[in-house]
Amino acid sequence: MSVKLTEEMLKALPDARGHFGAFGGRFVSETLIDSLMTLEKEYLRLKDDAEFQATFDKDLADYVGRPSPLYFAERLTKKAGGAQIWLKREDLNHTGAHKVNNTIGQALLASFLGKKRIIAETGAGQHGVATATVCARLGLECHVFMGAEDVKRQSLNVYRMKLLGATVHAVQSGTKTLKDAMNDAMRDWVANVDDTFYIIGTVAGPHPYPLLVRDFQSVIGRETRRQALEQAGKLPDALVACVGGGSNAIGMFHPFLADETVELYGVEAGGLGIETGQHAAPLCAGRPGVLHGNRTYLMEDENGQIAATHSVSAGLDYPGVGPEHSWLKDIGRAHYVSVTDEEALDGFRMLTQIEGIMPALETAHAVAYAVKLAATMDKDKMIVINISGRGDKDIHTIAQLDGIEI
Amino acid sequence: MSRIEGVMKSLKDQGRKALIPYITAGDPHPDQSVGLMHTLVKAGADIIELGVPFSDPMADGPVIQLACERALVHGTTLRQVIAMVKEFRKTDDATPIVLMGYLNPMVAMGYEAFADAAADAGVDGVLTVDLPYEEADEVAPLFAARNLDPIFLMAPTTTDERIKAISEHSSGYVYYVSIKGVTGSATINVDEVAQKVAHIREIMALPVGVGFGIRDADTAAAISRVSDGVIVGSVLVDTIARHQADPDALNKALTDLLHPMRVAMDSPAS
Repeated sequence: MSVKLTEEMLKALPDARGHFGAFGGRFVSETLIDSLMTLEKEYLRLKDDAEFQATFDKDLADYVGRPSPLYFAERLTKKAGGAQIWLKREDLNHTGAHKVNNTIGQALLASFLGKKRIIAETGAGQHGVATATVCARLGLECHVFMGAEDVKRQSLNVYRMKLLGATVHAVQSGTKTLKDAMNDAMRDWVANVDDTFYIIGTVAGPHPYPLLVRDFQSVIGRETRRQALEQAGKLPDALVACVGGGSNAIGMFHPFLADETVELYGVEAGGLGIETGQHAAPLCAGRPGVLHGNRTYLMEDENGQIAATHSVSAGLDYPGVGPEHSWLKDIGRAHYVSVTDEEALDGFRMLTQIEGIMPALETAHAVAYAVKLAATMDKDKMIVINISGRGDKDIHTIAQLDGIEI
Repeated sequence: MSRIEGVMKSLKDQGRKALIPYITAGDPHPDQSVGLMHTLVKAGADIIELGVPFSDPMADGPVIQLACERALVHGTTLRQVIAMVKEFRKTDDATPIVLMGYLNPMVAMGYEAFADAAADAGVDGVLTVDLPYEEADEVAPLFAARNLDPIFLMAPTTTDERIKAISEHSSGYVYYVSIKGVTGSATINVDEVAQKVAHIREIMALPVGVGFGIRDADTAAAISRVSDGVIVGSVLVDTIARHQADPDALNKALTDLLHPMRVAMDSPAS
């Protein structure tokens, strides 16, 4: 059974060192410490600053298009044959994913701190596009680091970033995916720490990033809570979200952590199957370690070398996960599960064909699990899936799997 | 007195400065590492920083990252690196060895098992790039109980308050990272380093080794005049990369690079 969390307990986390229980922290080279401490101090000040918050809220409304709808998926519900399935439509945000909630917030922070040069890492390219977008809007220089493998897989998003004026750096080191992009972004940051703001795209990285990204993304859960009460007259019984680094999931989960009747399901990338080792599911099959500035569950070999991951979706192809998820797993508040590439592709097709909503391949993992979960629940129960992004960027991947050249 | 402290003190008494080369253990092949360590000592090394290869060396540039990849291809593990030190100690009981790397291999091995094995093998100090002192409270007592010196980094961005706090958590020496950037990435500015090291010395008393950006004998000599030790890494590792196919040529090339630094550092300033 899960632990009862109170608002009081939640307010105290992360602690002053950025720890969520045994996880989180600030494991970086000395050169970056001062910048991180300044960022933490400034963020904690601005968090309660009326002007900062008003600007953030206004941008989310007028530029991103919030609130995003909570939609009852009637036909998907019938198909699953159990609990009612509702969709939180983050795919309808400007730029097509939840990522922009965070980039708006961090770009605003960068402006308050007077930094003119922005760097970011990206996997599927959604965070890169969202970062390039806010940089275009604010006139900031933008550099996006992306694994060379992902540059190939997500050529559409690469071109979008270039159109938006960003420089895309194809990272050739290591496994040439998201973790290597993050390594190179950190290397760039160390070298340019005076004038550069690093917009991290997920709830991982050194403190205060897991905190501030979670806060910026929590708009998802806050809206969902209000909309569920308004539209369904009750809180949901279960929330389902995909987990790579875990920003859309934490954004959805966090405002519900003290609501003990709400079950939380984070869906990791099972790849070719957990038993094959070819996956990206550290919470399901990894163990605690330290990478990219925080202590968290990781995929690694027995000697502590980070393992290569596999997922059909570039955005989930990451060997770590946000430290708050590791904590939620260990205290039993959230369930972490996985679905395979193949199940995710079925989820993609199902939502596309039954509801006319084409989800990102990352999101399709949540869809696939939610449909299975709904079937085990009574018809009066309510599930909300976080539709974290739209699938346009994945059409080439899908077509390729279908053997079609477009 | 730890081996590092002893060497630093004896150098100070002689009016000399420490020459501290870095190589990545297991590069180009695990069988060559102990031999290369002896080569470094013969060429004038006072202390050796032995890199523990890691898959994701975030604070390192391409030169050391590739060295990690070469070492990992041959399956070099933290336990093997410790075994190399044990082997080295059979014929060299004087030269201090500092293991330098990232935290995760140590987490995977277990802090206590690591501290036991390292102390048993004759390791003298441990420098963990991604472990600031604030997060070192678990390992600190384990190291202290086994006379392992915790070596921490200081950077151009380190505030006075932190310089003091870091020195209180350190023993042996502190490693001043001379530039903002990754290893092997930029050229050192001797005047800036001189100023900062002088400032650090006003705040704390430990010896200061300076690393990042030292590639030749002139720079080594110039840095040695304003610090207590000169740490040389990427240029050696790059030499290893260029001569990886020929062990004899490699030994000669490393000696030809390091020995002139020793000579220049020991010569009176011109």
